[in-house]
Amino acid sequence: MEIKVLKDILSANDRTAERNRALLDSRKITAFNIMASPGSGKTSLILETIRALKNKVRIGVIEGDIASTIDAQKVAKEKVPVVQINTGGECHLEADQIGRALESLPLDKIDLLLVENVGNLVCPGEFKLGEHKKVLMLSVPEGDDKVHKYPLLFSMADAIVISKIDLLPYTTFDIPGFLKALKGMNPKARVFRVSCTTREGIDEWSKWVRSSVSI
Amino acid sequence: MHELAVTQSMINLVLEEAKKGNARKVKRINLVLGELSGVVGDCVQFYFGLMSKDTIAEGAVISFNTVATQAKCRQCSKVFEVKESDWVCPECHSISVELVAGNELFVESIEVE
Repeated sequence: MEIKVLKDILSANDRTAERNRALLDSRKITAFNIMASPGSGKTSLILETIRALKNKVRIGVIEGDIASTIDAQKVAKEKVPVVQINTGGECHLEADQIGRALESLPLDKIDLLLVENVGNLVCPGEFKLGEHKKVLMLSVPEGDDKVHKYPLLFSMADAIVISKIDLLPYTTFDIPGFLKALKGMNPKARVFRVSCTTREGIDEWSKWVRSSVSI
Repeated sequence: MHELAVTQSMINLVLEEAKKGNARKVKRINLVLGELSGVVGDCVQFYFGLMSKDTIAEGAVISFNTVATQAKCRQCSKVFEVKESDWVCPECHSISVELVAGNELFVESIEVE
């Protein structure tokens, strides 16, 4: 006997993500899922965002890494609540990990939740977490050819952050070519060019983040 | 790259559906896998062998139906298969294209007894 199923394999994760989203909405928290390859500067961007906005909105952070608490320690120095998730080998965060992390965060004292996903340009795109915005970072040294290599993440992002923009003169990264490919794949994504070293573009990025927060 | 999590979710889903259908044994699992899903069939097969042990799905055959990556041109609406990461419309040569298929990852049906 054949039983028609027609159900997404990750539907259990999707349901948990919907529960996370409902919890976040009930507490009026806006959540960002920040995705990128390892070393593109996700933690640096989070630290700069905290510094730019911590007097305006109350921020919480969830750090996802395969191992270690290095990132959470950096964030904790900024005196914002942070939870470290160690996936122990898994290449992405899943919704139930976020659900458990939310239990450890003071949700009544958070307006903006920044989730740093595990460094990876493939798998994080498959797993919804309950976020309101998907942010994809790409650092200049990684190269301008990533849009068509990782089409899933580039096509679903609400914002693309080109990081380490201060290194542009030292590379062959073709900004117009990259933007052309990106606009073709995802015409709606906002694009930011930032450097966490020189702080170029951080104000514009922070303003956009601020405008996404409901309070 | 995340076949362990995917295989566990697949087994959970299959066992749930088999239970609803009062099945004693799952013989076959018909999976639909998009090229872009990042899931490698061989790995799913390997994990399935380990993780389905002592369940009614043990020994089931997994049939993989692979879906090619497809894009739709935003200019001329042509739907085309994306080969070798060439995201240019073959009809009007526009690069303004939308991903329409290739991200599938679902259980289409199961065969049980």
